[in-house]
Amino acid sequence: MSHQSTYHPKTGFERWMDERLPIIRVASDFLTFPTPRNLNYLWTFGGILSFCLAVQIITGIVLAMHYVPHESMAFASVEHIMRNVNWGWLIRYTHAVGASMFFLAVYIHIFRGLYYGSYKAPREVLWILGVLIFLLMMATAFMGYVLPWGQMSFWGATVITNLFSSINSIIPGLGTLIVEWIWGGYAVGNATLNRLFSLHYLLPFAIAGLVILHIWSLHVVGNNNPTGIPVKKDSDAIPFSPYMTMKDGFAMTIFALLFAWFVFYAPNYLGHADNYIEANPLQTPAHIVPEWYLLPFYAILRAIPSKLGGVLAMFASIAVLFILPWLDRSLVRSAKYRPLYKWFFWLFVITCIALGYLGAKPPDGWYVFFARVFTIYYFAHFLLVLPILGLIETPKPMPNSITEAVLGKGVGRHGAGVPAGAAASAEKR
Amino acid sequence: MASSSFKGLISALIVFGIILGFGLLFFYPEPKSEEELKVIEKAEMMAEENAVHHQEWTFAGVRGHFDKAQLQRGYQVYKEVCAACHGLKLGKYRNLADAGGPGFTDGQVKTLAAEAEFEVIGDAGAPVARPGLPSDAFKSPFANDNAARSANGGGLPPDLSVMAKARNVHSEAPWYMAPVQYLKDIVTGYQEGGPDYLHALLTGYKETPAGFTVSEGLHFNTAFPGYQIAMPAPLADAQVEYTDGSPATVDQYSRDVSAFLMWASEPSLETRKHLGLRVLLYLLITAILFWLAKRMLWSRLH
Repeated sequence: MSHQSTYHPKTGFERWMDERLPIIRVASDFLTFPTPRNLNYLWTFGGILSFCLAVQIITGIVLAMHYVPHESMAFASVEHIMRNVNWGWLIRYTHAVGASMFFLAVYIHIFRGLYYGSYKAPREVLWILGVLIFLLMMATAFMGYVLPWGQMSFWGATVITNLFSSINSIIPGLGTLIVEWIWGGYAVGNATLNRLFSLHYLLPFAIAGLVILHIWSLHVVGNNNPTGIPVKKDSDAIPFSPYMTMKDGFAMTIFALLFAWFVFYAPNYLGHADNYIEANPLQTPAHIVPEWYLLPFYAILRAIPSKLGGVLAMFASIAVLFILPWLDRSLVRSAKYRPLYKWFFWLFVITCIALGYLGAKPPDGWYVFFARVFTIYYFAHFLLVLPILGLIETPKPMPNSITEAVLGKGVGRHGAGVPAGAAASAEKR
Repeated sequence: MASSSFKGLISALIVFGIILGFGLLFFYPEPKSEEELKVIEKAEMMAEENAVHHQEWTFAGVRGHFDKAQLQRGYQVYKEVCAACHGLKLGKYRNLADAGGPGFTDGQVKTLAAEAEFEVIGDAGAPVARPGLPSDAFKSPFANDNAARSANGGGLPPDLSVMAKARNVHSEAPWYMAPVQYLKDIVTGYQEGGPDYLHALLTGYKETPAGFTVSEGLHFNTAFPGYQIAMPAPLADAQVEYTDGSPATVDQYSRDVSAFLMWASEPSLETRKHLGLRVLLYLLITAILFWLAKRMLWSRLH
């Protein structure tokens, strides 16, 4: 579906350039890229996420100009940014709130993909690249949270790095070896802070690289859309610019409104008060909790009664996303036409929210009970529900084309649509 | 159509029910012993009786701003009471004259700074004492943590520079009300948990309730986690002499010093809230223009 290039070099320079490095052609084709005309506002989050990454990189570079990655100066240097650097408070709050906004957007983006089956053929690689970006985002965010060197920074770093010591229960001594190698010492300290800072600066550029691959792959296979039916004729698609750029611009501004609300009126709401207490290796906080966006995975970690088991389950909860395209056996993409899957999707959404809530609660009594129940459903959703649904579900009748779905012309929308499998198999080129 | 959707709901519920049943069979939480239940009940009663209540602050909300007179009174309480044990090392004397702060004049700041004495390395290489300058950080009462501990029976009085952001009021909403609570806090921009807590702490020195034992050297306090705090009640009525006729009560002192500490923690609060309104307005207008443009553009398609 990679569209035919519509670029015609007009000037002599453009022709000369086009034969050597067709970069103008790439940019031009980017703008004329045909997109399904029925994309809803959930499809604007790709653009919003690019905006988030740019905001994080730009504010981050400025912060790094003033921040001091040293165990005895990091905390004070952050406060120096807040108090003495011109507009330092704005840059820091934008960066801190920006991390949360980035995750908010990425979760909406991922759930949109799950609802409309955007991970299915031919978009498996596009999806896997996305999961890789998500994984790197989590690593980057975790490292960033360590840098202010508050109590949650320090103890969060201690808890997460210590996860690797669970390897000791397979090969005694190896886990400790790995943990000390990560720490650069016998405890979380200055060496740890320095390397996490270094990696925190590096990883966003790795993310940017993956984003380019993600978009490249998108431009090869084309957008999915709310019907899940591929673009078949010219009337199904509209050029990316100006239609989508304008729509994305509107959505991005609305998103920026929410972003600004947090930056200016609730900048510390999404953080934890304990992180304004300087790191103290001798005093463990009453509750060590990660940032909100990591809570579901933290709940899965703690739901398993063995340390190694918990760590494996936590990693498996991400790993399972990589094989999702092959777990879902249904030939129909969009949940719109999948009467059973639609409900299981919402059960999965509730599961993720519940795990997030439970991850912030103390691990005892009914909290653990429900964390286990929801952890089981989390995995059952991917490993049992999706494969079985593909076999037993009868899809609803689908429109013949995107144009028909939007404009409702010709045959009735609920009338004689093509058989469910036909549309999905038709595009197996 | 409706029946197949209904089937989906039922099957999702059945699957979840099976997992729930499996959970009840295999990891039903151990019932708490009567003693444990008693402890929990007591803790819940204490928490309910001593809940921290939200206070009215001038700096809350979208149009929040500091009350200069209150900050000046708060600084007076800090200087005359708190500063005996607690430092404020991230703030500088010059900040007292900054816009959006207590509004002291440059002259007043010079005088206030000069009241403190700083030891520096003199031109001859030996330590000499000089009066404080506006560019100096607030002088901490102790030379180091060890000195602070030994003067306070082993307890370390924490630095107060970011104290109003380092404490919070924890929401006690039950799980089904949690989303409402979160949403309410976001929509109202609730960021005053720190001063609410500080006010509750400073006014929380009450008589020890019957059946509660306080350890040696600690003091009963309704707001402090665990209800026992090393710091003795720092404030008493009529302890600080206000010159502006404000009531000389513990409640008023607590309110003023909490507001002052909020400013000390977040000196840019006024600038931030002021700028925020303009940014939101700008974005709102941009969004409306985008929406109109998008609608006009897309109407060509239909």
